[in-house]
Amino acid sequence: MYSQGLIGVDSSTTESEEFLSLFQARVDREEKIEPNDPMPEGYRRTLVRQIGQHAHSEIVGMLPEGNWITRAPTLRRKIALLAKVQDEGGHGLYLYSAAETLGVSREQMTEELLSGKAKYSSIFNYPTLTWADIGAIGWLVDGAAIMNQIPLCRCSYGPYARAMIRVCKEESFHQRQGYEIMMALARGSDEQKEMAQDALNRWWWPSLMMFGPHDGESAHGEQSMAWKIKRFSNDELRQKFITATVPQAEFIGLTVPDPDLKFNAETGLYEHGEIDWVEFKAVVSGNGRMNRDRIRDRKQAHDDGAWVREAALAHAAKRAASRTVPQEAAE
Amino acid sequence: MGAVAATFEMAGFRALLELADDALILGHRLSEWCGHAPTLEEDLALANMGLDLLGQARALYAHAGEIEGKGRGEDDLAFLRRERDYVNCLLVERPNGDFAATMARQLYFAAFMHPFWRAIAASSNDATLAGIAAKAEKEMAYHLRHCGEWVIRLGDGTAESARRMQAAVDELHRYTGELFEASPVREKAVADGLLPDPGTVRAEWERTIAMVFSQAGLTAPEVRVPQSGGREGLHGEDMGHLLAEMQFMQRAYPGLTW
Repeated sequence: MYSQGLIGVDSSTTESEEFLSLFQARVDREEKIEPNDPMPEGYRRTLVRQIGQHAHSEIVGMLPEGNWITRAPTLRRKIALLAKVQDEGGHGLYLYSAAETLGVSREQMTEELLSGKAKYSSIFNYPTLTWADIGAIGWLVDGAAIMNQIPLCRCSYGPYARAMIRVCKEESFHQRQGYEIMMALARGSDEQKEMAQDALNRWWWPSLMMFGPHDGESAHGEQSMAWKIKRFSNDELRQKFITATVPQAEFIGLTVPDPDLKFNAETGLYEHGEIDWVEFKAVVSGNGRMNRDRIRDRKQAHDDGAWVREAALAHAAKRAASRTVPQEAAE
Repeated sequence: MGAVAATFEMAGFRALLELADDALILGHRLSEWCGHAPTLEEDLALANMGLDLLGQARALYAHAGEIEGKGRGEDDLAFLRRERDYVNCLLVERPNGDFAATMARQLYFAAFMHPFWRAIAASSNDATLAGIAAKAEKEMAYHLRHCGEWVIRLGDGTAESARRMQAAVDELHRYTGELFEASPVREKAVADGLLPDPGTVRAEWERTIAMVFSQAGLTAPEVRVPQSGGREGLHGEDMGHLLAEMQFMQRAYPGLTW
């Protein structure tokens, strides 16, 4: 998801050549950059944008899967899904904290999400129509996220890299869980198989779009690569994802919906058909099926919760003023 | 007489279903918050409490199914009964309302279940149930602390939060008496040594609620007409919608494996 976060990022920076080359030398030595270290303004801005959008993606991403918690088919699936969506919320929390180390507040970032100024991954603007979509999201969307995020565990910015280590462990579990849902469907009745294939048909292309535009069109990729925020190009990561995922689909008897998909024996890689970039641009610019609903839901949760947050602050202030020791409600 | 004898024979099963249905329905209600809570931290906490309850429900249904001995598993019991066959108390099925209502509902329930699970763990002659109780008691201690703190925070916070918190208490207090009722089935289960009498934890529940309310500046309303009937499957209208949603997959695609 992170490469979408770079769309339109301004990585320009105004520091002296000497400052920049000293910074670059640290990055090249694979030293981690920590919050209080000197850093180019462009580096800070790129990270704030990327980590913020990554965090927003986790939070907005709770909605499409949350759509099925109350309708999950068994108790085991219900619990696993609720726990998974809770994990995504937890990822959002670490990521907002990582971004806060760069001097931006969670409130500020939330404001930008709700006003439409900050983006989140395009994938969450598609609707979850059937139970199989929950399997497809875990398998494909979390699978694609892992491809993006594993290299981020080595990102030059320390707090982001460390947050990613835990996030990746959980995402890897989610990916297997999603695949296991798909496997159960693919081995089930005809209607379950049809449900699984339909979900793959609808989520395949949007999952490929998660890696962002082709390398030639990704304007600021090179600077991010040099600063070791990004380690692989969009197309390289997309290719890794396809190569890992196609055999998984074949194994459970599902067909990847790309008639042009070919395995190239010389390169050992799959060659995929053309991605619909018109659709991608439409979704990124706010015109996907669910963009407006997602922001409406986030706004509503934020607005409905305002009185609760105000009350918590007011209570804390009263407690501080009276300097009494808080008493536990429970024994 | 035959029906009554059959009911009594199944008293253990029915008593377990009461516990399981309470946990399932309240867990389901909490899961409805997911992604919509007032803060991100609270989104995680509500999911945690929901997961505790759903986990309890799973263990209780599985055990109830074994006791019944008719081959019904946890999902048959959770998803494939009719509305009149659910025996949860009315409190847990009440809609989430605002955050104050959700916290009040959870406080009332946890203040009961925490000592009740403790008593079950200490006294049940059913080792499986006692094991479930020992784990659930710890979970409910957290729910009680978490929700008690929120009720105090909201009761004390701002004029608006105090108004909402008092309104939630005024609405929900009438459902709390049912927690302590001993249905004929439960009385039999008590006599058989499966469960303690829920009435025995009433004094502790009242002390807990009084302590939280005094710190929160809340007044417990006088309840002239208590609401009950859930244990006989007499629910409110919201229950049918909850079940329609929860049972959707099992009803739309009968007999499949997921």
